[in-house]
Amino acid sequence: MSTEPNATGMKPLEAAEAEEAMREVLAGEGVADAASELAPGVPEPETLAEGQMEGDPAVAEPACNQDCKIITRHVNVFYGDKQAIFDVSLDIPDRAVMALIGPSGCGKSTFLRCLNRMNDIIDICRVEGDIRLEGVDIYSGEIDPVLLRARVGMVFQKPNPFPKSIYENVAYGPRIHGLAKDRTELDEIVETSLRKAALWDEVKDRLHAPGTGLSGGQQQRLCIARAIATRPEVILMDEPASALDPIATARIEELIDELKQNYCIVIVTHSMQQAARVSDRTAFFHLGRLVEEGPTEQVFTNPREKRTQDYITGRFG
Amino acid sequence: MHHDWNSPQQLARLRRRHAANRRMKWIGLAAIGLAAGALALLVISLVATGWPAFTQTRITLQFDLDPKLVKPDDMRKGSWRKIIKTALLKEVGPVKSRKDRRKILKIISRGAAYELRDHVMKHPDLVGRTITYAVLAADPFDQFYKGVIPEYIGEGEKRFFNPRLGSPVVVAAFRKLIDKGLVSAPFNWGLFFNADSRLPEQAGLAGAIVGSFLTLLVCFLISFPAGIAAAIYLEEFAPKNRFTDFIEVNINNLAAVPSVVFGLLGLALFLGWFGMPRSAPLVGGLVLSLMTLPTIIIATRSALKAVPPSIREAALGIGASHHQMVLHHVLPVAMPGILTGAIIGMARALGETAPLLLIGMNAFIPDISNMGILDPATALPTQIYSWADSPERGFVSRTSAAILVLLGFLLVMNAAAIWLRQKYSKKV
Ligand SMILES: Nc1ncnc2c1ncn2[C@@H]1O[C@H](COP(=O)(O)OP(=O)(O)OP(=O)(O)O)[C@@H](O)[C@H]1O
Ligand SMILES: [Mg+2]
Repeated sequence: MSTEPNATGMKPLEAAEAEEAMREVLAGEGVADAASELAPGVPEPETLAEGQMEGDPAVAEPACNQDCKIITRHVNVFYGDKQAIFDVSLDIPDRAVMALIGPSGCGKSTFLRCLNRMNDIIDICRVEGDIRLEGVDIYSGEIDPVLLRARVGMVFQKPNPFPKSIYENVAYGPRIHGLAKDRTELDEIVETSLRKAALWDEVKDRLHAPGTGLSGGQQQRLCIARAIATRPEVILMDEPASALDPIATARIEELIDELKQNYCIVIVTHSMQQAARVSDRTAFFHLGRLVEEGPTEQVFTNPREKRTQDYITGRFG
Repeated sequence: MHHDWNSPQQLARLRRRHAANRRMKWIGLAAIGLAAGALALLVISLVATGWPAFTQTRITLQFDLDPKLVKPDDMRKGSWRKIIKTALLKEVGPVKSRKDRRKILKIISRGAAYELRDHVMKHPDLVGRTITYAVLAADPFDQFYKGVIPEYIGEGEKRFFNPRLGSPVVVAAFRKLIDKGLVSAPFNWGLFFNADSRLPEQAGLAGAIVGSFLTLLVCFLISFPAGIAAAIYLEEFAPKNRFTDFIEVNINNLAAVPSVVFGLLGLALFLGWFGMPRSAPLVGGLVLSLMTLPTIIIATRSALKAVPPSIREAALGIGASHHQMVLHHVLPVAMPGILTGAIIGMARALGETAPLLLIGMNAFIPDISNMGILDPATALPTQIYSWADSPERGFVSRTSAAILVLLGFLLVMNAAAIWLRQKYSKKV
């Protein structure tokens, strides 16, 4: 399938069409400043030499000029006999947002869950390949999965606060990892995490009310606060705004924009606008394969692959 | 062409669907009515027969506590029957025949002497005075006063005097007491606070209640932690393989084993092999815990299964270890379900009779002052069984009353299950 070296096979006309579609995408849903959020200041990583195939050794070591936080090589994931991810090699830069896009069932969540070994809890799931966090193979046994998940936090599609108080939700992670010496320090962590998640002002008077009593958008921000309370280096977000209204979504996106100053963020999204607005780089998955990866602007305006363009312009998926 | 929603066929179909809806509703209501009716019938028949046992006929007399008769140094040796006889005859008036006197004395329960003695032993300052005290009436007169048994049995030619009431002279004497307003039927606290007795008017459920409590305590202390631990292991930690499948099937089987089998097992194992004491609540509790264990395991497993996976993911996602996830997040969410299952299991154990009979937990316990988990005891259902077997009329109503008490305890336990469930789910 993706072994066809057709990335450059796009006719000029199609490219123009794609650019047009991209502009529509960026202007879509009334987000006026979406284009400016594309952060042109982010350094452009070297793009792949055109015409090279996936799986080709030259591409299998994609260049990553920023210090890459996570490097994956030849990742294959199986659910029982069924293969869900085929030979994915992807580099994820630090202090930036990487968006994973692709049609439903293409393996975005599966790939994301490899990065903090959440797939371990699925009995039938088997992961092959090399996934390195700061150069250390996370499946090698050098990093305990429990500590890995403290370093690589996760925010899920559906807000899933613990059925405990708001305070307990945020304090739980630091407590089990022993990040606070005493109560005051824990209080501090809770406050800064809630502040970073832009939730503090809304909940500071009811920290001991149940977290499940918040609105959907507040719950999701609580989950983000919970994730950042363990001071992770990486935050994985699986469609964090899919259950939220546009206002709550906008808040989450602002938050992501802010968090990327300090964190490496990987976000799965079905919304092209969202990917375009928040991410620095975009990876397009299709049928379990990584079809294309590059700076978001380039992937959206000038994709190398026909399938990417078709997907972005809404022709399938 | 649009579909014609108003065609006759379409309308007929709609009517049929509405009719089916109504039928469904009526069948459901009828089923509920049947269940409620059966329950009502049970309760009504129990209340009808058990009602008299909740009051107890007493006869108020003036007792002259003459120190010569009371023997204050050792009241056990006092002539209490004589004191009662004097007091009774004072009210009834002189009776010539010695035989009649003896018969009239049978109006008062044989237990009254002990009751009066215990009362005076508790208040020694009463000695030498004349006190007013309501003593127990004997069972036949208790029943007669409450209208349970008649004075004459049969009709017309075959009509004859009820021999249990002694003779017409005795009934006349009893009537005299009633006329003087000395006979009353206050609430029968003895039903709850007395130990068992051969005399129905004195028999109470205290021994059975304490015995049941101790037995259930042992059962709970064993089966609750063990059941939860087993369920957590099976559900959360055990590898899914043929061995665990085998265990699962067997636990489900165990839950369906008739309880009498557990009684036989307890008889052979705990009494036979380990030489534990017969009739002891410890053994009863062990046997019942064998029985409730599978119930609690199954309830706990399904409660754990019902915990939404999102909570598990949330916990693991911030680096909780497996046991932290289970203890801190899954178990608290599953707790209402676990408690409900446990209480329902305990309620079943409370009503269980056959295994307790097999290990001899139907002992006759006339004294409840020292009851431990190693002492012989009886339990509510076995007490019901023993009373149901007794010929005295008084035990018939007491049996029904005991069943009502048992049902009351079951009701309390099930209400507790609901209350706990709601309390916990509110916290969540
Ligand atoms: N627990 C599982 N057991 C078996 N197969 C699974 C499991 N989870 C995912 N899959 C399969 O793996 C493939 C990828 O699924 P995945 O959830 O990663 O897709 P996705 O890209 O996240 O889709 P979506 O956008 O709908 O969330 C799908 O074909 C799916 O059927
Ligand atoms: Mg997904």
